[in-house]
Amino acid sequence: MQKVYTKIESIAGNVISVKAEGVRNSDLAIVTSSHGESLANVIKLEGETVSLQVFAGARGISTGDHVRFLGYPMRISYSEDLLGRIFNGSGIPRDNGPELTENLIEIGGPAVNPAKRIIPRNMIRTGIPMIDVFNTLVESQKLPIFSVSGEPYNEVLARIAMQAEVDLIILGGMGLKYDDYLYFKETLEKSGAMSRTIFFVHTASDPTVECLLVPDISLAVAEKFALDGKKVLVLLTDMTNFADAMKEIAITMEQVPSNRGYPGDLYSSLAARYEKAVDFEGAGSLTILAVTTMPGDDVTHPVPDNTGYITEGQYYLKNSRIEPFGSLSRLKQQVNKDTRDDHRALMDGMIKLYASYKESQEKKSMGFQMSEWDDKLLQYGDLFETKLMDLSVNIPLEEALDLGWEILAECFEPKETGIRSELVLKHWPKSAS
Amino acid sequence: MARNSGRVTGVNGNMVTVQFDGDVSQNEVGYILLGEQRLKSEVIRISGKIASLQVFEMTAGISVGEKVEFTGLMLSVELGPGLLTQIYDGLQNPLPELAQQCGFFLQRGVYLQPIPDKSWDFTPVAKVGDTLFPAQTIGTVPEGIFTHRIMVPFDFANVAWTVDSIRPAGTYGVREEIAVLKDPKGNKKSVSMVFTWPIKRPITNYVERLRPTEPLVTQVRIIDTFLPVAKGGTYCIPGPFGAGKTVLQHMTSRNADIDIVIIAACGERAGEVVETLKEFPELIDPRTGKTLMERTIIICNTSSMPVAAREASVYTAVTIAEYYRQMGLHILLLADSTSRWAQAMREMSGRLEEIPGEEAFPAYLESVIASFYERAGIVKLSDGSKGSVTIGGTVSPAGGNFEEPVTQATLKVVGAFHGLSRERSDARKYPAVHPLESWSKYASVIDAGKVAYARNILFGGNEVSQMMKVVGEEGTSLDDYVVYLKSELIDSVYLQQNSFDPVDFAAPIERQELVFDVLFKVLGSVLQLEDKKAARAFINEIRQKFIDWNNTARDDERFEMYLREIEELVAQRFVGYERRAAKILQVK
Repeated sequence: MQKVYTKIESIAGNVISVKAEGVRNSDLAIVTSSHGESLANVIKLEGETVSLQVFAGARGISTGDHVRFLGYPMRISYSEDLLGRIFNGSGIPRDNGPELTENLIEIGGPAVNPAKRIIPRNMIRTGIPMIDVFNTLVESQKLPIFSVSGEPYNEVLARIAMQAEVDLIILGGMGLKYDDYLYFKETLEKSGAMSRTIFFVHTASDPTVECLLVPDISLAVAEKFALDGKKVLVLLTDMTNFADAMKEIAITMEQVPSNRGYPGDLYSSLAARYEKAVDFEGAGSLTILAVTTMPGDDVTHPVPDNTGYITEGQYYLKNSRIEPFGSLSRLKQQVNKDTRDDHRALMDGMIKLYASYKESQEKKSMGFQMSEWDDKLLQYGDLFETKLMDLSVNIPLEEALDLGWEILAECFEPKETGIRSELVLKHWPKSAS
Repeated sequence: MARNSGRVTGVNGNMVTVQFDGDVSQNEVGYILLGEQRLKSEVIRISGKIASLQVFEMTAGISVGEKVEFTGLMLSVELGPGLLTQIYDGLQNPLPELAQQCGFFLQRGVYLQPIPDKSWDFTPVAKVGDTLFPAQTIGTVPEGIFTHRIMVPFDFANVAWTVDSIRPAGTYGVREEIAVLKDPKGNKKSVSMVFTWPIKRPITNYVERLRPTEPLVTQVRIIDTFLPVAKGGTYCIPGPFGAGKTVLQHMTSRNADIDIVIIAACGERAGEVVETLKEFPELIDPRTGKTLMERTIIICNTSSMPVAAREASVYTAVTIAEYYRQMGLHILLLADSTSRWAQAMREMSGRLEEIPGEEAFPAYLESVIASFYERAGIVKLSDGSKGSVTIGGTVSPAGGNFEEPVTQATLKVVGAFHGLSRERSDARKYPAVHPLESWSKYASVIDAGKVAYARNILFGGNEVSQMMKVVGEEGTSLDDYVVYLKSELIDSVYLQQNSFDPVDFAAPIERQELVFDVLFKVLGSVLQLEDKKAARAFINEIRQKFIDWNNTARDDERFEMYLREIEELVAQRFVGYERRAAKILQVK
């Protein structure tokens, strides 16, 4: 299998093709050019013609360069030695540390059998009321943060990484600005979390194909650790860059685009990655928190849209706040029944009132006369935003629930809240009534 | 068995091209031999001596020159006793058994026997010398709570078969011979309890198809009262992500008043299937006293499982549904989500380099969707009994925009449309079915006049609220304002239903009738309200009582108390009935 091919038939974008025999789909190859070596993998076979995507990009590759097939698919070393290390998308160290070549595992492995999955049961506490109270994060959940450029999504991600009670954090950076990469590195180093973190980073200036590998490589390693009993949190930022890299390759391969140039398998490709989130019975778990920036703040853009259908909810980060509308944690019902008896009712009641507040606010901005009810709602909305929604608020869930009742009592009569009477009776602050 | 073979000439994603020798038929199943592994695939195009196959597995590791075996058979499912309670993948592989064999992950190329080798208590119905047509009953076995009919296999020629021999009552293995049938020419064929049927061909062994008129009770108020579904009918639930499609499907699968529920989780999250998987064996069905799992079959091809099998999964589900329909049972098939199935078609169409239609979906999208929903229906069987297949499919339109091809193609063929709205789900108004935009062609369990009256108030309230956005509350007359408040009342105490509340999650028909009657009296009354503030306060109070009432179990002593309190509250301000309401109630 170690035969070297020296005639590259075509080069288009980052995809090259050679005539070769006995090559298997998805196998790795090494392309040696005057600029050095790069890995490449087989993405299409057609008769004798083999198409490969070159990880380091096809720039500078000549038709006479060498292609050597390795006879195995993409692999990554797996051991405790990975902790605290930083790699690029091909699994090559970018922290000047030694290369790891032992105990290689394949990336992009098969899906978990649904019959072996278990119902998620553990809440991950973050100290952010908009998450803990209203859209609880659950172990083994896959959840994206929908945001736009300029919002502090990476800061939120870093904060959750530091505060979340997990054994291991894997950060997959895709098209990350170099500044952001350094920000993550410094923040985690400062907080002492670096020793339980592994970075797989593709920065905006690195070759596109490497961006495509980051989620697979991060998740393959995470899955292994989870099988070994660790609670792993995988942070992926930013999945929109990943989708754009897919688009680039698909267009190069002359695939028929489906929506805004994205390939028809965008949904399946994203799902194959997100579905790696799992809670293994008798072993560890894998939770995915990703960032998806919405081009033009448009949630109907194919990337956030397909993502929303795959993930178990989403957090909308807008104006430096996690918006209560649109944000959703589908798994919250699994855990918020066991936190406190008023958790669910308070959560629903407060959001319904906040929706009414938004209506009153609209009325007010149009210059309509405000009724007494409107005034109450306006007061409520204001308190809600400053005391609970602000991202700087950092309190445990129970305190946040009490605070919720206090806010309600400050603005309303019990019967105006729409919350079940017995709960009101039990939790309504005594001082207010 | 190998009729024919070929060699791989190309690999592109999950499509493989194969050069073959003899004859190959469209939709025939072939296996790619990869060392020890046999990868199942289906012929989807033939051109000259080259066949294109979609592979139901990941294609990594396949190289040019690999051998392919053709089977000569179309993609089929096994039918027989033992299907209930099973959890299959799209190709009818039993997932729990697969897990026992392969552990956490789905290993490719492993195909297990769909129907477990088990013995059943067989009772013959036919006698030696009887003549039977395909799908007529030879005998029965008890399968859980049902009498499972062992029928003449549907793929037998449609002629009068004579029973040549039949085993007496007793326990037999599922694959053992239980009868021998003879066709008019004297050819004998052996029959066991199991036979196969190609999934893409509808089963049509019935006397006639009937019009779906009998309501299918889902115990979801907004559906049963306002947007009903009929047994043998079809409905679709399109909605943007997060609007609660899956929660609604899940509730329906639990509460629907029907014999068998088949859940086809097609290209959706694995986690959602797991909930069903773990909860159903624990939940007792009040109608039968057995667990819900005993009436359930799950076909599960989640989003990270191979795409080609996703397309097969909806057909596998509907074929099994049709099989049980032949026993005079009523089956509800819930497909979540049909958009993923359409996307799977789009992916293959792209690989085949077909000329794309709208949004790159293939041009045959509409006809394929239509012929799938047309497999629903209520039918009269040869023994006079009725069986039905009801199909409810969710649609996940890109960007939540119902103008896209899959939603539009579906709307053309279904009998009810339950459109979910982002606005309602954002405001936590669940189920987020839009009461004004959705429609149903089936009959409600509640009096049509009353429903129309309530619907009118909803429309009126909506108009007033639009108007109020322009002229403000102060520019609205008290009468209009009351209409608006009444429409809000219907919404919050009747249309909305808390699927996580132990009482409210299911509303039986008697309860719906009672609550709707009480609500109707409030809606139809002319009330004495001094001003808008008083009106709001009054409606708030009524609303609170209704919510408490909805959350109170029927056998709770407070049930009657809340009812009385609501009636008293209304009586205090009651002036008379509005003219049209009085006519419906037949009072003055």
